[in-house]
Amino acid sequence: MSLAAIDWNSLFGSVFVFDNYGELLSLLRNSVWAGAVLGLVGGLVGTFVMMRDLAFSVHGIAELSFAGAAAALLIGADVVTGSLVGSVLAALIMGFMGLRAREGNSFVGVLMPFGLGLGILFLSLYEGRSSNKFSLLTGQIVSVSSLQLTSMIVLSVVVLATLLVVWRPLTFASTDPLVAQAKGLPMRSLAIVFMVVLGISVAMSVQIVGALLVLALLITPAAAAMNLTSSPARTVVLSVVFAELAMVGGILLALGGNVPISPYVTTISFAVWLVSRCVRAVRERSSSYRRTTTPRSTTPLGAGGAVQNRTRTAAGSTLSEAGSGPSRSPSP
Amino acid sequence: MNAPEPAPEVTTRSGADDAVVRLRDARLAFGDRTLWSGLDLDVAPGEYLAVLGSNGTGKTSFLRVLLGLLPLTSGTVRVNGTRPRAAAARVGYVPQQRGFPARTPLRARDLVAQGVDGHHWGIRLHPRRVHRTVDELLERVGATDYADAPVGVLSGGEQQRLRVAQALAADPTLVLCDEALLSLDLHHQHVVSELVHEQRERSGCAVVFVTHDVNPIIEHVDRILYLANGSFRIGTPDQVLRSDVFSELYGTRIEVLRSNGRILVAGRPDSSHHTDSPEELIP
Ligand SMILES: Nc1ncnc2c1ncn2[C@@H]1O[C@H](COP(=O)(O)OP(=O)(O)OP(=O)(O)O)[C@@H](O)[C@H]1O
Ligand SMILES: [Mg+2]
Repeated sequence: MSLAAIDWNSLFGSVFVFDNYGELLSLLRNSVWAGAVLGLVGGLVGTFVMMRDLAFSVHGIAELSFAGAAAALLIGADVVTGSLVGSVLAALIMGFMGLRAREGNSFVGVLMPFGLGLGILFLSLYEGRSSNKFSLLTGQIVSVSSLQLTSMIVLSVVVLATLLVVWRPLTFASTDPLVAQAKGLPMRSLAIVFMVVLGISVAMSVQIVGALLVLALLITPAAAAMNLTSSPARTVVLSVVFAELAMVGGILLALGGNVPISPYVTTISFAVWLVSRCVRAVRERSSSYRRTTTPRSTTPLGAGGAVQNRTRTAAGSTLSEAGSGPSRSPSP
Repeated sequence: MNAPEPAPEVTTRSGADDAVVRLRDARLAFGDRTLWSGLDLDVAPGEYLAVLGSNGTGKTSFLRVLLGLLPLTSGTVRVNGTRPRAAAARVGYVPQQRGFPARTPLRARDLVAQGVDGHHWGIRLHPRRVHRTVDELLERVGATDYADAPVGVLSGGEQQRLRVAQALAADPTLVLCDEALLSLDLHHQHVVSELVHEQRERSGCAVVFVTHDVNPIIEHVDRILYLANGSFRIGTPDQVLRSDVFSELYGTRIEVLRSNGRILVAGRPDSSHHTDSPEELIP
């Protein structure tokens, strides 16, 4: 008990620094706002990333964004512009290759180390402050200038406005491509528009959480939300709430310390996901229990997602359908 | 059950100017393999066309042409009097069954709602109105019980009924069903085929129904498009489902029998072009 307390105190002393907190907060107000803006964008875009199964692409884009930023650093150009060029370029290439999950993955796998390698090359050639180098990979919050904040706000307005316009078709195209295409939706344009939006969001995230940890902002909150609900509207709301919690919470905790911001963000993000996963497991246990008591289904509700989709054979489900009653308790 | 329909009536119906589907000298080929050619076809409003044929004869491709997703190799196609792409919003489509991934963030009602307004730009401004429409549709297909269940965990038959509700949502002038009865038990085959039929009665839409087994829908079918060996036959069930027609199509002796209103096919066709026999097509 007392041992634990000592450990906790020493850990707390090095990681959580709250000296002159109020002063710091007002000094670093820009950072908090940047985090809030990023949380909103990350939560929204993350939902579509999950729907479209693009997690791996996000990682690939982030590495090329890093390469772009490193190149900008080397030639003395604006780092934000550099990372934006890198990520939008990467996103567009992936978009035009018509990437969706499976075929895309190998391509992203090829592109990603190339981007990372380029970035490391540029950084090793760069002779400026080394803290700049490190922050591109792991994030920073101290030096969010007003100019940087303004550019982030402008970019996020662009992202949000675009998402609002394509909201329904993009949701349709992402969750039910076969019928969406039959309805005459421009699948390819939607994919490319979304990739540009994704590229911009990744470039913004790289500024704050760093290239290596973009996923904590663009995947984890949405994944946690999807553990808790299947309603698209609720997924979006929860995802934004979780992303804000991770970003703003992480920044508020990181303000005083010397540790980069990303461990805080990723830890909160992961904790939220862990809780959501437990909630889902508990719920699935109870609803799978309900299911097996009805003659309707032979597969337990929760167990393995893969078993019950796509590959289900006609015979299996036809048999389990026979004698089905009208009653069924709706799943959460 | 299959009261013979006089041929002249069909001709006048299909010759009408307001045809929902109009194909003229249509040909579809992949490389040097011709699926069908010289296809002239008018589908009138309210008409029920069944498309039959073995695997790989181009039934799904036929629907993809009507959806504007596949260009004809030659000839013309009009849907509702315009290009298929332009008409797509008023076409209901039940795809050949493919389940949803288990973690798809959609509930049954969201899937149907996408059929109502998923193709509109912007965000949903009147959620309540859409909600009401969706409730009605769910009620019609008997899916109210699982309205709030995630689509990924529903059985194939349950998903299929949602697909039908989704297809009917846009008040279609044309409903395209690709093997919509596959993996349904007899009871639900009946339920789904009645739903499609009922929509036709209610709104006067045309139906193009691709199927391997014509029996569950035979009482509703006006005409049949039978694809085989790169050629085809069009006509009423009584004109097409005949021993001499089948024997000619497959180039071997085939008997088409009727028993208790069900249609049975006996005798194996030359199976070199086909992965299955007509017995399986029309048991
Ligand atoms: N885009 C394409 N390029 C080349 N060949 C194609 C293409 N689409 C379809 N085919 C070929 O055309 C043939 C007809 O395919 P289609 O999917 O229309 O068959 P189907 O009649 O629906 O068969 P099933 O009963 O198995 O569903 C198949 O042999 C298929 O391989
Ligand atoms: Mg097919």
